[in-house]
Amino acid sequence: MDVDATWYLVLSALLFTIGGAGVLVRRNPLVMFMCVELMLNAVNISFVTFARMLNDTGGQVVVFFVLVVAAAEVVVGLGIIVAILRRQPGADADDISLLRG
Amino acid sequence: MLHLLAQAEPFRSPTVDFHAFAPEIVLSVSIVVVLLVDLVFDERGKWATSSIAGIGLLAALVPVLTLAVDGADRSLFDGAYVVDNFALVMKALFLLSGYVTILISARYIAEGDYYEGEYYFMLLCSLLGMLVMGSARDLISIFVALELLSIPAYLLAGWRKRDLRGNEASLKYYLLGVFAAAVMLYGMSLIFGVTGSTILTEIGAALDGGEAPAPIVVVGILFIVIGFAFKVSAVPFHTWAPDTYEGAPTPITAYLSVASKAAGFVALLQLVFIGFLGRSDVWGPLFWVLAAITMTVGNLIALRQTNIVRMLAYSSVAQAGFMLAPFAVAGDIDVDRGGPLAAIPPVVTYLLIYAAMNLGAFAVVMVVARKTRSGELSSYGGLFEYAPGLAVLMTVFIFALAGIPPLGGWLAKFVVFRALLDAGTPAAIVLAVIAAVNSVISLFYYASVAREMWMRPVPDGDRAPIRIPASLGSALALAAAFTLLFGVSNVATRFGDLAIFGFLP
Repeated sequence: MDVDATWYLVLSALLFTIGGAGVLVRRNPLVMFMCVELMLNAVNISFVTFARMLNDTGGQVVVFFVLVVAAAEVVVGLGIIVAILRRQPGADADDISLLRG
Repeated sequence: MLHLLAQAEPFRSPTVDFHAFAPEIVLSVSIVVVLLVDLVFDERGKWATSSIAGIGLLAALVPVLTLAVDGADRSLFDGAYVVDNFALVMKALFLLSGYVTILISARYIAEGDYYEGEYYFMLLCSLLGMLVMGSARDLISIFVALELLSIPAYLLAGWRKRDLRGNEASLKYYLLGVFAAAVMLYGMSLIFGVTGSTILTEIGAALDGGEAPAPIVVVGILFIVIGFAFKVSAVPFHTWAPDTYEGAPTPITAYLSVASKAAGFVALLQLVFIGFLGRSDVWGPLFWVLAAITMTVGNLIALRQTNIVRMLAYSSVAQAGFMLAPFAVAGDIDVDRGGPLAAIPPVVTYLLIYAAMNLGAFAVVMVVARKTRSGELSSYGGLFEYAPGLAVLMTVFIFALAGIPPLGGWLAKFVVFRALLDAGTPAAIVLAVIAAVNSVISLFYYASVAREMWMRPVPDGDRAPIRIPASLGSALALAAAFTLLFGVSNVATRFGDLAIFGFLP
């Protein structure tokens, strides 16, 4: 079987959809956050595939930026989540709802 | 080996135009200085960080002015980073609104028991991201600028980390922010795949109109616009905004609702009017729907708010709807009226005026909260009796937001209506009618603040006058002066007309 670029794009779209559905459906902040990471990796696959198809290194450069920025986001996100779980152990997105209206 | 080296081309460093980078360099230097001062000084010396941050922002304004006097459009790194009139106007707006944010933060942060030096470090980093955003004309630099301005803002929103509401504000902002960034990136990857470039002018050339757009282009543009719709808190992507605004420290709320929103609009303007200029058939209807529901839903929910910060949050959602309206009709504006690009000046004018009046309103909220320790609308009862100056100022800002002449807001709404009528298509007229109805609706909740201040009794009979710290007083004076100036003169529209792109596809 011949694996061409389309397969990678389909994989990327699938990962992106799984990640997006996860953010919307899951209630644990940590899991929601992991789903966002899944979406970012789907983006990376998509960029690398297009870069390969177009013979353009620009797309691969984007991947490095996305990786680095995602790492920075992880640091901040875990910090925020730890700050919350210290005050409310075991909290999920439904417990974190003081603000509404 | 040496023989080969001798044959090789001599290394030539790329020419870097340091003048074009000067605002960013000055701001980066002050970021480092703030960090060092925070490290070296003990608790009593921390106040210096706020002064240094303020001075750094004003110093960064100097190269913006020299670049404006110089007037030449500069393009660096193959067009990925551009300094043109649009970039300079927006950078001046970011620096000035950042300065006012520092003025209203100074006492609040110094009196709280939370970290002071790091606060200004984060604020300046976020502002650096906005300066970069003003010049970013490439998908990568737009993404990096967006993250540089957002990541410190996630932390600033949760600055009161021992307060559950602060935590919640931060978490909601963070999760929706990174989700929106991922959606935007996926759109960018599709656009990159179709056009083969990350430079906006090259994307614009590759997507230049003609036959019906490929589905992949539609999806790419849709995802990118949705990603930034989160940033500018357009309905239905606004859900984070009221909660984050309420839970965050009030100076940060002011900052998010003005500077962060402006940065989102800057990115949208650059992407839409450089990258996707030829595809107005894709984004025109999308912006029409966003603008119509954003102003309507924002205003209707604002009507039933009892907390003034939440009310201002929904008001800022509704104001974003007005700013989105010119995008919706850009494709229909005749060439002899300026073509699609004629939709840029109304948005920029609106952003300038909105920054002045909204920062002013939040400064008053800060001052009043120093006495009443409350954000409830009822705590404004009888404000005129014991603080007439503040009541008059709040009335000025509130009626400016409502769009009543001669205060700034009417001009902002006027230029948007003019753009809508310039387009003149049935869709544009309907949007203008929706906008007009919304202006009337918004008057109800803005006027309820004025009624509270002027006609209601003081809630607990406490008529002790409010002391206004010097920094907050100067922020109020600055905001009030600009709100009045923008209303009675054409300064804002002049700057709006100035803000044109130097390089187009």
